[in-house]
Formats: sequence, structure tokens, C-alpha cells
Amino acid sequence: MSTTAEPVPTGTGVWLHGVTAEVVPATLAGLTGIAGTPARAVPGAGLVAVVSDAPLAEYGEEALRRNLEDLGWLERAARAHHAVVDALSRSGTVVPARLATVHRDDDRVTRVLRERRDELAGTLARLTGREEWGVKGYLVPGAPPRAEERAGEGGSGAAYLRRRRAQLTAREEGQRLAAEAAAAVHAALAGYAAAARRHAPQDRRLSGAPTAMVLNGAYLVDRDRLDGFAVLVRELTGRHPELRLEPTGPWPPYSFVAGPEAEPAWA
Amino acid sequence: MGVTSLAPSSADDPLDYRPVALVDLLDRVLATGVVITGDITLAIADVDLVRISLRALVASVGALAPPPLAVQP
Repeated sequence: MSTTAEPVPTGTGVWLHGVTAEVVPATLAGLTGIAGTPARAVPGAGLVAVVSDAPLAEYGEEALRRNLEDLGWLERAARAHHAVVDALSRSGTVVPARLATVHRDDDRVTRVLRERRDELAGTLARLTGREEWGVKGYLVPGAPPRAEERAGEGGSGAAYLRRRRAQLTAREEGQRLAAEAAAAVHAALAGYAAAARRHAPQDRRLSGAPTAMVLNGAYLVDRDRLDGFAVLVRELTGRHPELRLEPTGPWPPYSFVAGPEAEPAWA
Repeated sequence: MGVTSLAPSSADDPLDYRPVALVDLLDRVLATGVVITGDITLAIADVDLVRISLRALVASVGALAPPPLAVQP
């Protein structure tokens, strides 16, 4: 018998969506988890983990490696995970789990809740009454220096090179100004928010945006100060015509679950 | 430009429902949100997971539109 291939795992793992202080049955009723399985609560140490069952043939380690390379699979998983986390964050405070956090069984989940109780409770306290908003900033291409372009028209190689250099300089100058504006916008929003961080700018092939992204910020905002945040975004839009600002949200506080000590871009 | 209204992007109001952009979601569910490492996905946590997934994304998007530049030697 030559059974050299890895056996396909059978059985079921437990996919973690997030941790809350408490969850009312009505929130979970009808809520679908990662594999079309129902979201359910696993209590422990005064906290509640919200999980759903995940067949290991699809969500075990080997299968995950393969499936995470498949955009269609990745999108379905991300949206299924988000649907549960989003529902939890709309009815209370949740510490979201990263995508693809799978435990062997409920006992393991309970043990994690016990072992990390203080840290999780501290994070829940920090997130209570707050929500995450994203603000993306895109470069607005500036007008090229018209005078220089006209001076170089109609011509010789030297004129072409002069014109080309002026264009490149203008583009570099535009990018430098946009980067400075992005830093200024982020600093202003971070100063208003309870916490802030910058994600890496999105690749244009992924975002589909016509111009480069220079700011991909996330801001944790007190719910009772949201109006002021919106006003500030509007003010910054007027103050920085070199950027096009695009808010997204509200998000569950995905970007703010790591402790401050592990957060280099904190505020 | 109506860029500054903090409109709900999800299920607060079913009439206003707009699905979140996948790329914005992946920024968050892959690059952040880790507090608990599951015992099954231990080996692909952190950087590996992000790199694998974004490679998948870029490859898929690249298949739809020709890349802007030829592959570097």
C-alpha cells in the first residue's frame, strides 16, 4: 500500500469570528458563519467567543494554504467572516479575529479565552463606544507648468529634453506635495480620533482608482464624536485640494485590536 | 463632491446597503485583527497569510487587464 499523499483531514474545526463580553441570542439567530454553518457562542472566563464550524477538508491548514490563493474563495471567506463580525459590532463591542483563525475544538477556544482573559477584556474596554472609519486619500494630478511647456514646444532635441525634465520635475513635485498633504491629513484625523494607524496604500490594480493612493488611514472614533469627525474630513478636503479624500465605514475595529505597545503608528 | 458624508456602508438601512469593497476589507481582515492564533493556522499566520493572499489578488486582477509594464528580467 503506497499511501504517501497527505491524508485529507476529516472532521470539523472551529473558526473564530471574534470575542465579545456578551452576546444576546437574537444577534446570533439566523447569523451564518464561515461555511454556511450557524454562528454560535462559546462562553469562557466571563467572555464569549463567537465561532462557526469549519470542515477541515476545506479549512484545515493544507486546504487553507491552497484556498487563500484562490481569489473567489478568499472573497467568500472574507465576506462570510465580516458578516458575523459586523453584526456583532453593531449590537455591542467585539474584538475581531483575523481571517483564518481556526481551533481544533470548543475546548481549545475556551482555553484561549481563559489564558488571555485580561488582555481581551482590556481591549474590549478600550473599544467600547467607538467605531473604526477609514479615510483614503488619492492624488489629484496637478496642472503641468504651462509656461515651461510652451517654451519647449516646436522643437529641437534640447527643447524636448527641457520639456521632458520639466514634466518629470512637476510630477515629482506633485507626489511630494501629495505625500506631505497625506501626512498632514493623517495627523489632523489622528489628533481627533481615539487611535489611528495607516495601512499600506492600495495597489491601483486592486483599488481600480484612476490615480495613486497616498493615504490609507484607519481611525477609531468615539460614537458620540462622529459628527465632529465628519466636519473635520470636510474641512481637510477644502484645505487640501491636492488630495481626493474618501471615507469608508463604519468598520468593526479590525485595525485597533493589537495592543498599543505593538502599534508603531499609534496616534 | 459628496465625499464627506459618513454614510453607513452596510446593513444599518437596507435601502442604503452598499457592499464593502473587497480590497478595503482585505486590508483589515488580513493585515490586522490578529489577537488569537488558532492552533490549525499557526504556521500561516502573520506575514505569510498576507503575502499569499495579496499575491492571489494581484494575480487575479492582472489576469483581467494586461500589466502596465513588461516583466523585469
